[in-house]
Amino acid sequence: MRVLPKPWLEPYPHGLYVKPADLWIDPSRPVERAAVTHGHADHARSGHTSVFATPETLAIMALRYGVDVAARENRAFAYGDGFERGGVRFSFHPAGHVLGSAQILMEYAGERIVVTGDYKRRADPTCARFEVVPCDIFITEATFGLPVFRHPPTHDEIAKLIAAVRAEPDRSVLVGAYALGKAQRVIAELRGAGWNAPVFIHGALERMCALYAEHGVDLGPLRLVSEAEKNEMAGQIVLAPPSALNDRWSRRLPNPVTAMASGWMRVRQRARQRMVELPLVISDHADWDELTTTIEEVNPKESWITHGSEDGLLRWCELHQRKARALHLVGRDMEEEA
Amino acid sequence: MKAFAALIDRLIYTRSRNSKLALIVDYLRHTPDPDRGWALAALTEALDFPAVKAGTVRALLATRVDEELFRLSRHFVGDTAETAALLWPEKPLPFRGRVGVEAAGLEQGGGPPPAATKERNSQVSPPSSEGKGGLSVSDAVAALSATTRSDAPAVLTGLLDRLDADGRYALLKMALGGMRVGVSARLAKQAFAQAFDVGIDDVEELWHAIPPPYEALFAWGEGRVARPDLADVAFFRPFMLAHPLEGESIDLADYAAEWKWDGIRVQIAHGGGETRIYSRGGEEISAAFPELVAAFDQDAVIDGELLVRGEVQGGEAASFNALQQRLGRKTVTKKILADFPAFVRVYDLLAVDGEDLRGLPWTGRRRQLEAFVPRLAASHFDLSPLIEAGDFAELAALRAGARDAAIEGVMLKRRDAPYVAGRRAGLWYKWKRDPLTADCVMMYAQRGNGRRASFYSDYTFGCWSEAGELLPVGKAYSGFTDDELKWLDKFVRTNTVDRFGPVREVEKTLVLEVAFDSIHASKRHKSGLAMRFPRISRIRRDKPAEEADRIATLQAMVT
Repeated sequence: MRVLPKPWLEPYPHGLYVKPADLWIDPSRPVERAAVTHGHADHARSGHTSVFATPETLAIMALRYGVDVAARENRAFAYGDGFERGGVRFSFHPAGHVLGSAQILMEYAGERIVVTGDYKRRADPTCARFEVVPCDIFITEATFGLPVFRHPPTHDEIAKLIAAVRAEPDRSVLVGAYALGKAQRVIAELRGAGWNAPVFIHGALERMCALYAEHGVDLGPLRLVSEAEKNEMAGQIVLAPPSALNDRWSRRLPNPVTAMASGWMRVRQRARQRMVELPLVISDHADWDELTTTIEEVNPKESWITHGSEDGLLRWCELHQRKARALHLVGRDMEEEA
Repeated sequence: MKAFAALIDRLIYTRSRNSKLALIVDYLRHTPDPDRGWALAALTEALDFPAVKAGTVRALLATRVDEELFRLSRHFVGDTAETAALLWPEKPLPFRGRVGVEAAGLEQGGGPPPAATKERNSQVSPPSSEGKGGLSVSDAVAALSATTRSDAPAVLTGLLDRLDADGRYALLKMALGGMRVGVSARLAKQAFAQAFDVGIDDVEELWHAIPPPYEALFAWGEGRVARPDLADVAFFRPFMLAHPLEGESIDLADYAAEWKWDGIRVQIAHGGGETRIYSRGGEEISAAFPELVAAFDQDAVIDGELLVRGEVQGGEAASFNALQQRLGRKTVTKKILADFPAFVRVYDLLAVDGEDLRGLPWTGRRRQLEAFVPRLAASHFDLSPLIEAGDFAELAALRAGARDAAIEGVMLKRRDAPYVAGRRAGLWYKWKRDPLTADCVMMYAQRGNGRRASFYSDYTFGCWSEAGELLPVGKAYSGFTDDELKWLDKFVRTNTVDRFGPVREVEKTLVLEVAFDSIHASKRHKSGLAMRFPRISRIRRDKPAEEADRIATLQAMVT
């Protein structure tokens, strides 16, 4: 059931173009004006002349791309705030994905469109909780748009991690976690579960953890692996970006148990392929139940599906007599940060 | 089912043999009968439920889940049992009706649904009972065994509804087979021996004599009953094994010499009117060789080499390559039986007419063996001859000159030694033919597992074609020292020219001397060759890649 694009919002493979405002949302190439949902590199690219985003997202972009590229004519908006341009009213609303992540609501000529960016529904101590924003057109992600993806409760996965560390006090548990969002969330969840020992981190996580702390997310004591003795890390938790898991870097750890925090870990074969010994199903993306429930709650006239397993979510919409279409945006990185 | 599901889950992600062993030991010690026995049978693929097939599961899913969503999911997951386990709709779904209602958050508010409360994959010992209302492994086995093809969907539905995702995965893997958790029969037996501190030889003997769920075995293991009596059972006797000969001086007055055949070692045991064939690992492989089971009609237990008679070899024993066509099959077609006829070259007699001969010296057993073999059908059984050599030097010359494709070397057996389980110093030696070697060029490298996860330790190497192209001829991941591995790892990292997922392509400059036992024609590789037991024997940093061997040189070594 294909629907024609609304004349004022045009989907292109490299982003969504808001015509009356002459502004792009999450464009994958440099543009004049970009509204950005969150700081992950597949949504927040460098090189735009001016960026409209939450203060946290702007801070993340500045950290990643340097002040020069990210700071020229940028404008920051707190949740609930927004701006008007070309007759379109833009506002930012929590998406619950990572620090500063926002859904963008656009109102124009009596019609409301919401772009979710990436989102999740469950509680996350490192960012504001997703809010349901009623709209006519709901533009949603679908990273886990298949019914096999149901993330278990986070505290169960964290308990699994802590049990694994305690079971083998001579080894460290090395958790692969994406540098922006996942790493900080795993640390914050560990603190919530009473893990007060220093968490050892790979150098690539250091600056982002500091940024989170500056924004009031308490991560407790952190130590750099590069400044620790091997034996200090026995019986401790170490976090590194997934790419470092089986690399030479990991040889400095005491016989590490390889863990990985990702929604993909739900599928055993995926976990095995990555040589993971301890899969932790912890995701910053909505699982199948969250995706479908959210469509029901937002109850839009149409749903547009941007990236992920769009076929699965499209099929669900069809079965539930909901208008939907896939947008086929390019350049979305599904693998690492899920 | 919970403890079993947790065990399966941990085994999937555990790569080291010792860690797998520890997990099974722990499970066996803490799980009651008959669950642990059924679990052990499931792990070693000893269960079969003919009424439940993958098609049954697919059809069942179609009644619960939209067919298109199942198809998409199956495509992504790649395995029917796992897809079904993950997809099976839970009641109530963890999310329904709860989103955004409680400010406290989904995971803190209210009571989580039943599926969420269990301790997933806890690293502590599995609980010893399933608790009230839980489904036990034996409940599941009983239900699956009793089912017929027509009521299988209803039975499966009832079981799946009582389990969470991990439990459903364990149940479906148990029902459909193909567990693939890297647990061999040998490993399972070792775990049993370790769990109850009993002898592995006793466990091996008793194992096949007692059917799942092995309650008598556990009772004996825990010291509750005496060792079960094995009269009238075709049970497995642990093999006597050989040490490699490494420069020991051998006097042929003390040792008898036989050819070492390049087949698979088997034991054929007859007892209680039944014939069974066991592989070296103690796995029963009778189903793959029905003609041998049928032909072995004597009350005896033999030890010998299973070979395939090759037409190419003029009716002589064919190479291992031909034998591979017969291995690992659950059923055999008439064509396979005709094209690859199997026979056993017998070299020891462990029991005959109810008498255990294992205590006799080799000379005594050999005398009885020579008298016994004529009682077997000559079409399927022959006697492994002794090598007549005046002295050790003559034997060495005979070994060097052996041309037969099925000869792997020489066996030396102490004439006064009884048949004892395992590898004992000084009793049996294997003296393999010197390996063949070839100078090959490293082409690709991949990281290893476990301790070697950060090292590029698996190498694909090639030789030159007539057209001057390097074609892969094999893959090896052993033969080097730890220091050599560090050097090779560094070579790979500094000479990478391309990456394909986990594989690195390297600059074609490093010559590796590869040793292998034999080489065969193979359609699997572009070079048309496949090596048996390839390993890196030397790193030839001194040799330019252009001077590595040609494919034609390797073709001349094909047997």
